[in-house]
Amino acid sequence: MIPEKKIIDRVALDKLYESLKAAGNKMFAPVFRNEQTNFEYNPAATEISYSHIQTTQSVKNTVFPKIENLFRFESSQKSVELVQIDFTKVPRVIVWNAHPCDAAAFSALDSVFNWDYVDEIYNARREKLVVIGMSCIRADENCFCTSVDLGPGAVKGSDILLTPLANGKFIAEILTDLGKSIADENASLFTASNGENKEEVLAKVEKQFSHEKVTENLKNGFENSFWHEFSLRCIGCGACAYVCPICTCFDIQDESKAGKGRRLRCWDSCGFGMFTLHTSGHNPREVQSQRWRQRLMHKFSYQPDRNEFIGCVGCGRCSRACPVDMNILEQLVELEKLEIAAK
Amino acid sequence: MSPSNIYVPYLMEIETITEEAPEVRTFRLKFKNQEEGENFKFSAGQFAEYSVMGGGESTFCIASAPTRKGYLECTFRKTGRVTNALSKLEVGDTVGLRGPYGNVFPIEEWEGKNLLYIAGGIALPPMRCVIWNTIDKREKYKDITIVYGARTVNDLVYKNELKEWEERPDINLITTVDPGGQTPDWKGEVGFVPTIVDKVAPNAENTIAIVCGPPIMIKFTFPVLKKLGFSDENIFTTLENRMKCGFGKCGRCNVGKYYVCKDGPVFTLSELNKMPAEY
Repeated sequence: MIPEKKIIDRVALDKLYESLKAAGNKMFAPVFRNEQTNFEYNPAATEISYSHIQTTQSVKNTVFPKIENLFRFESSQKSVELVQIDFTKVPRVIVWNAHPCDAAAFSALDSVFNWDYVDEIYNARREKLVVIGMSCIRADENCFCTSVDLGPGAVKGSDILLTPLANGKFIAEILTDLGKSIADENASLFTASNGENKEEVLAKVEKQFSHEKVTENLKNGFENSFWHEFSLRCIGCGACAYVCPICTCFDIQDESKAGKGRRLRCWDSCGFGMFTLHTSGHNPREVQSQRWRQRLMHKFSYQPDRNEFIGCVGCGRCSRACPVDMNILEQLVELEKLEIAAK
Repeated sequence: MSPSNIYVPYLMEIETITEEAPEVRTFRLKFKNQEEGENFKFSAGQFAEYSVMGGGESTFCIASAPTRKGYLECTFRKTGRVTNALSKLEVGDTVGLRGPYGNVFPIEEWEGKNLLYIAGGIALPPMRCVIWNTIDKREKYKDITIVYGARTVNDLVYKNELKEWEERPDINLITTVDPGGQTPDWKGEVGFVPTIVDKVAPNAENTIAIVCGPPIMIKFTFPVLKKLGFSDENIFTTLENRMKCGFGKCGRCNVGKYYVCKDGPVFTLSELNKMPAEY
C-alpha cells in the first residue's frame, strides 16, 4: 500500500493504546522499572516510557519466546501419549513503541524460521504480531543502525511508525494494511498532517563503518589473529545473544515429572562451550575466541552469504549488556580496516 | 498430531534390542502408526532425531538400509544423558523419531565403481546403511572393500554382520584393532585404521572412498588416501556435528555458511576443503 502520514497528539496516543488494549490485544510496551527499561505485557498507558534510548532486552520474545512449549507428553509403562498444543490460540500481540532497529529485526527472524522447513509455531505468533514503531530522537555511543542500512527513522518492519515532534505531537506513518486498519478503526484520534518533516527531529547517528567491507574482509578472515587478540576477555556468558534482537540459536529440552512433561525450545548461544560439544568430548569450537568469531562471522559473513541479510540491526544492546565491555561496534570498525590477504 | 508442528516426533515401538559391544545397542524400531511407516521414505546417509519422552532428544544416523523395509534401526553408545535414557528402555517401549533429515550418499553416481568403506569404532553404524544399500544392489558395483577398526576386539560392533561380510566372496573385509586391543585368537589386523589403509593400499583407480570415524582417525586417513591417488571429489565422509533441530534453525551445526544438518551430513573432501575446520 502507499504509506500515509497523519498526526496524533499524546492524549490521543494514550487513548489509542488503551483502546487497542481494551479490544483484547496483548500490548507489549516499554516501562522503566528497577533501574531498567524493558518491554512488559499490558502496562497502563501512564506507565509507558517514551524517553529511553534503548531497552535492555529486545522484543524478539513476542515471536520467539525464551521458552516455547512444543508439545506435552504423558507416559506410563508401555504407553506414550503426545498432547498437541493449539498454536492457533496464541493472542494478537501489539508491540508498542519499538525502535526501528527492533522492528527491522523481525524480517531476519522470518528468514531463519521459514527457510526450507517452515516453523508453524513461529509463524502462528508472527502472523498475529502488530508493530507500532517509534523513531529515535536520541541515540548513544553504542547505536550504529546507520552502518547496517537502517536508521533512527527507518520504517522497515513497522505497521505504523510514530515520530515524536518538538511540539509534543507525533507523526504517524501508516505503512501496512494492518497499520491502516488500526488507523481507520480509530480515525477520530488522528488529524491530517501538515507537511511535518521527521528528518528534522531524528537522532544523529553517524555511519561508522561499511558493512559491505566488513563482509568482504571476513570472507578470508577466518584464520586472522584478530579473533584471538580481540576476545581474550570474553567470559562466554551469552548475555550478548540473549539481548540480541536477531540471535535465534536455540536448544530443545524435555522437562517432566513422573512421566508427565513437555518438550520445549529455549534460547541458547553459540558463545557457550556446550553448544558444539560432541558426546565424544571433541569440540569443534573449544576455546572462547572461536566462539566469539562464530558470533561475528555468522552475523556479518555467513548470514549475508547464505540468507541475504545482515544478522545485526545496530541496536548496540550487546555492547551495553557485556559484563567485560566487549564492544561490537569497536570490533566492526577494526574489522573494516583489517588488511586481510586474499587466500 | 498436527503435521505442521515440525518438532513433533513419530512414535516408534522397540521391536528388538541387540547388544553390539559394551554399552552399544541397536534398536529395531517400527512405526506405531502403520500409515506413517508406509509414507516414511529415506535414503542412505540421512539421520534422525531419536528421543525418550522426558529423557531428551539426540541425533544418530539411520543405521538400517532403505532396501530393508518395515523397520528402522539405530545404534548408539551409552554416553550422555539421552543415550542413558535410551539404554534403560526395553522391547515394547516407545521412542520418538523425527526425520529423515540431511542429504544422502550419491550411490547411483557410484554405480560401476569400486567402493572402499573405512570406518572406526562407533562410526560403523552411520556407514552400515550405505554399506547394506550397496550390497543389496551388489551387481551395480565392482569391488567392495570394508576396512573397519575399533579400540579392542570387544568394541567391534555388528559382529554377526562382520562375520557375514567376511564369509562373502564378493566383499573384501579387513578388520583391525588398536595395538593392545587384540585377544590371543584375533585373526585380523593390529594397528590404527590409517596405518592399515596404507598397508592394504587399495587401488584408487575408479574407486570411491567413504570414511567415517573419530575426527582424529579421519584427519590421518585423508592424507593416506591422497597418497594412494584418491581425488578430493572421490573421498566422502559424514560429519558428526552436534545438532538439535535437524532442519537448519537452531544454529548448532553451523560451519561456515553451511549447516551440516541441511547441506550434509555427507560431504566430499573437496567440499570440506572449502569449509572452516570446525567439525
